[in-house]
Amino acid sequence: MTYLADVAALTHKDLRIELRARDTLPAMLLFVLSTLVVFHFALPEGTGDAAAYGLLWVAIVFTALLGLSRAWVPEQEHGVLDGLVLAPSDRSAIWLGKTLATLAFLVASQVIALPAFVLFFAPLDLVALAGVLLADIGICAVGSLMAAMAAASRSREVLLPLLVLPLTIPLMVGGVGAAISPEGERYLLLLALYDGVFSVLSWASFEYVVTE
Amino acid sequence: MIRSLPGLAAFAAGLMGLGIFLALIVAPEDADQGISQRVFYIHVPIALTAYFCFGLGAWKALLLLWRGDERYDLESYVAIHQGTIFGALTLITGSIWARASWDVWWTWGSNQLVLFLVLFLFYCAYFMLRFSLEEGPRRARSSAVYALFGVVLIPVSFLAIRLAEDFIHPTVFTREGPQMTGTMFATFCVSWAAVTLLAYVLYRVELAGKRLDADLRELREVLQ
Repeated sequence: MTYLADVAALTHKDLRIELRARDTLPAMLLFVLSTLVVFHFALPEGTGDAAAYGLLWVAIVFTALLGLSRAWVPEQEHGVLDGLVLAPSDRSAIWLGKTLATLAFLVASQVIALPAFVLFFAPLDLVALAGVLLADIGICAVGSLMAAMAAASRSREVLLPLLVLPLTIPLMVGGVGAAISPEGERYLLLLALYDGVFSVLSWASFEYVVTE
Repeated sequence: MIRSLPGLAAFAAGLMGLGIFLALIVAPEDADQGISQRVFYIHVPIALTAYFCFGLGAWKALLLLWRGDERYDLESYVAIHQGTIFGALTLITGSIWARASWDVWWTWGSNQLVLFLVLFLFYCAYFMLRFSLEEGPRRARSSAVYALFGVVLIPVSFLAIRLAEDFIHPTVFTREGPQMTGTMFATFCVSWAAVTLLAYVLYRVELAGKRLDADLRELREVLQ
């Protein structure tokens, strides 16, 4: 139970920092809304809903990347990450706490962005929404590990999209498939498989990435 | 160990020559695709070898994380380096084949080719990651974790790309000609062995070079 308590404390810490500083969430919100407006001008008249769904997924992935690039910034200052690594808790709890916090920001930005998408472009059904949620889990799980790697490098902001984008291609396929295919449930299975496999892998390997 | 390398390299070169000879002269012409089918004897072995190199790199990465022995870091890196080179060659030969048989330089209809493009981008990012981290155990472990993600990404991406065909590309190209005859299969096996051996020799040469380089640097530091 102490493991869950550690995770809860770490997530709480990130949410509280965000509530006080408001660094990440407003940026993500503004970004995703601006992107949707840009897409309106990028889609020629009569392109149809299918293209809009595709672009929605581009917007989701890039918004997540924006959030992830800020994810480890608080830990970079004052050696917080070193403190967390030295703390008497399992190191994977740090990853899980960060993943949950990033997921909370991403979902919060989508609470505004998805209705805006429906208003501007095309309707979303339940399967499509489930697809968004499952893909959010996958991208935050993988992304928070990759962001921790990128944060230790010389070229952090540049490196993160390069590391994450190839890994998001299966999520893209699953998300777009869930939105436009008549048999969307099959794609949900793919997303669930991705989440399971990559969450376990990220959870197990986080320790190696942060320890000296 | 290094002494056996020239012999091995000569053997690999000879086997490559034999493979090319068999592929161009001995193997029968494909009834469907004609001469362009012969790139198969190079393209598929190169692709399989690239997978093998990525797998080897991930295996060495796993050993590094497991045992913590630094030498696996270099072995993992060199295997992935070779895998990326062979991956690039796969993309090039695949593109040539696509041009010859479908009259386009690139097709999203070929699952294998799309998968290779995704993997190629993924492993290019591996080098970006590696070269922007400070040298040391942390770099070794981060690279190893990323290499492990690669082998997991291969089957998941393949599944995803297969599923994506439903909405991106409803018509599937079939490149399966008639069943392979005995000679064709033998030719394929010789080419495969040759390319695998070539990759192994390149792996050993690069590894030997990198190790010499590291030793030399150490010596120089001691002397100063």
